[in-house]
Amino acid sequence: MTSSMLFNVTTLAYMASMVLFFAFLASRNKALGLGGSLLAYAGLAVQTVAIGLRWKESYDMGVGHAPLSNLYESVVFFSWTIILIYMYIDLKFKYRIVGAFVVPFALLGMAWAQLGLNSGIEPLVPALQSNWLLYHVITCFLGYAAFAVACGVSIMYLIKAQHEENNASGASAGGLMSMFPPTRVLDDLNYRAIMIGFPLLTLGIITGAAWANYAWGTYWSWDPKETWSLIVWFVYAAFLHARFTRGWVGKRAAWLSIIGFAATIFCYLGVNLFLSGLHSYGNSKM
Amino acid sequence: MATTQRSFPQSVWDFFCSLKLTIFLLISLALTSIIGTVLPQGSLPPEYVAQISPAKLQIYSKLGFFDMYHSWWFITLLYVFSLNLICCSIKRLPHVFKFISEPMLVLGESQRSSFALKQEITFTGAVAAGRDALQEFLAKELAAAVVTEHNGEYHLFAQKNPWCRLGVYVVHLSILVIFVGAIVGSLFGYKGFVSIVEGSGISTVETRTGQHLPLGFEVRCEKFNVDFYPTGAPKEFRSTLTILENGQPVPGYKDVKVIVNDPLSYKGITFYQSSYGQASEGSQHFLTATPRSGGAPQRLAIREGEAVVLKDGSTLKLLEAAQEVQQFIPGMSGAAARVELTVKGKAPQVFIVFKNYPDVNAQRGDDLVLGYEGTNARMYTGLQVAKDPGVWVVWLGCSLMVLGLYIAFFLSHKRVWIVVTKGHARMYGNSSKNQAAFSMQFEELANKLKNLKI
Ligand code: HEM
Repeated sequence: MTSSMLFNVTTLAYMASMVLFFAFLASRNKALGLGGSLLAYAGLAVQTVAIGLRWKESYDMGVGHAPLSNLYESVVFFSWTIILIYMYIDLKFKYRIVGAFVVPFALLGMAWAQLGLNSGIEPLVPALQSNWLLYHVITCFLGYAAFAVACGVSIMYLIKAQHEENNASGASAGGLMSMFPPTRVLDDLNYRAIMIGFPLLTLGIITGAAWANYAWGTYWSWDPKETWSLIVWFVYAAFLHARFTRGWVGKRAAWLSIIGFAATIFCYLGVNLFLSGLHSYGNSKM
Repeated sequence: MATTQRSFPQSVWDFFCSLKLTIFLLISLALTSIIGTVLPQGSLPPEYVAQISPAKLQIYSKLGFFDMYHSWWFITLLYVFSLNLICCSIKRLPHVFKFISEPMLVLGESQRSSFALKQEITFTGAVAAGRDALQEFLAKELAAAVVTEHNGEYHLFAQKNPWCRLGVYVVHLSILVIFVGAIVGSLFGYKGFVSIVEGSGISTVETRTGQHLPLGFEVRCEKFNVDFYPTGAPKEFRSTLTILENGQPVPGYKDVKVIVNDPLSYKGITFYQSSYGQASEGSQHFLTATPRSGGAPQRLAIREGEAVVLKDGSTLKLLEAAQEVQQFIPGMSGAAARVELTVKGKAPQVFIVFKNYPDVNAQRGDDLVLGYEGTNARMYTGLQVAKDPGVWVVWLGCSLMVLGLYIAFFLSHKRVWIVVTKGHARMYGNSSKNQAAFSMQFEELANKLKNLKI
């Protein structure tokens, strides 16, 4: 058994979970929803083992390090955190249907990692040989995952709100839309997911700064990655404050959350693909 | 519409207190920050200057886009941001303190109807007995209650974590603390760079602004090494440094290993492994040329770029040498030299001569077998140097921020009132955050209340 096989199993589990969730949306059969959730959790369990196994494999190869060092490993970890945060939301707030809008993000990540990225275990370049790597990556990605959940919930909000506007007559339409939590709840879930993500992103930025200070002697150098993480932080800070001024709940909050996640994805991937800096995976400066 | 005439200072104050300004500033900071991630910052690479039109270049420079995070307008945004934060806090903090120190002990009739969470019970005993029993109940289940008599009713009030309403202000204060730390660092610290050749020392540092500052001590580089993984990727860059005061090694600072991610600090100044290279100036490389037919090898000492004429009349030019080829030629290790050999009357050939693989060198079926024996060149290590007395203030601010966020988001101020009248007790409750969790707690409390014997 290799970690790579288990990652394939994980991908299949997330795919099956997504299919069940879509069937759940279409049929409103509760058993399908339960199946979707259980498959997502099973995938999470397999993925957890796979990540542990990959960690061990790196030690067997004599280049032991936490599996968080290149783009492949980070995308896999990102998928893992998304399902983890979804599990928290599902178990705590009991809105299973959210999975239909969150699991696809995790599946997308796994599929991309398995099909399109180089999955070889590489030795760590000197710049990454630090425990700070672990703290920094884990906090950042948990934050990103919470924002992914918030984005999924916001998309649900916009769909539901649009639908309610079109059926303003009040005749409860039933059907698909009755599966969605009420807009009030979606708005609240969005806020809650961001309340989880924001402190984690803050910790991620702080651990990154602490690491930079430890390794290079500057805690902040306006490197594109750093700056983009700050941009993301500003957007969500604006979101939090916007709730205090009238009119910035509901649709506008949902849009702000989606924009925030777009900025997050740019911070994570766009900066590496389009801009240059210290964080380009795999070819960092020493 | 009510038209209240506001004085000018009042309007300015209101402007700086407004949350709309906060959102405007946060979004402006986010949007403008993008510029610096797209345009090069600091000294411009010549390729960039070549491809941009002069007019654009001039406009961007004028606007400070090439050093935008230090431009007057970005700094101004940050000042307005701080001012907004300070004014908002000054305006709101007294209310919050009042809210905490003078809680609403008596619930008016109109307020009672606004609560989502309430529970009513009836009891047959005396009012005073009910009051005492309920006081005990609150003390046991939530927190000690304050009892106030009002219009013949008893109002019992208990609360938990009132101070957590200050969490938001801790977050806001932390931002200002971080700014202070950054300012202290920029006023009293510096960033610089030194390169030290193996076996020599330095006692001044060149800062980013071009100044040469005395360190107050000497740093000597004893040795520099690079290790590689079998794949040829670098594994470790390691400088061995010694700190000297008055020419004497400082105890505990002799032969300290400095690697990436493990710097050396002395007297508030920290040295970080950053780059390395060969101090090629004046150094010689040693090669041998042995006739294949046998005979004594001819020993040569040449500098990079230099050419010599060999005994047989051929010309040997040393193009470059590397002390570790693993990163260029995976599977091979050790030193090597790239040379250009021109045998008399023939075209020049360029090839590589290895130190560790004489067989490979001999495979070239020429009249001359070349060998490389190494160099007397020394390595130099490049170290970032930083002095930042403000960094502890920054970490203090970061800790405050995390603490404040935790308080603001994950703790809540819970309040419960019980109004006791003859035969009736009505309980009300609310919390500042996480209503869902509190409503479950309140339900539990309500169930216990229903079973209470009075
Ligand atoms: C110009 C700057 C800022 C001003 C004037 C400002 C002002 C405010 C105000 C008035 C509140 C509402 C407090 C209340 O009554 O509950 C608030 C909430 C908050 N602020 Fe700020 N703020 C600023 C910047 C920031 C920044 C940069 C952060 C980033 C960490 C931040 C984090 C928070 C948090 C976490 C809350 C609580 C939000 C919630 O409970 O949902 N603030 N801010």
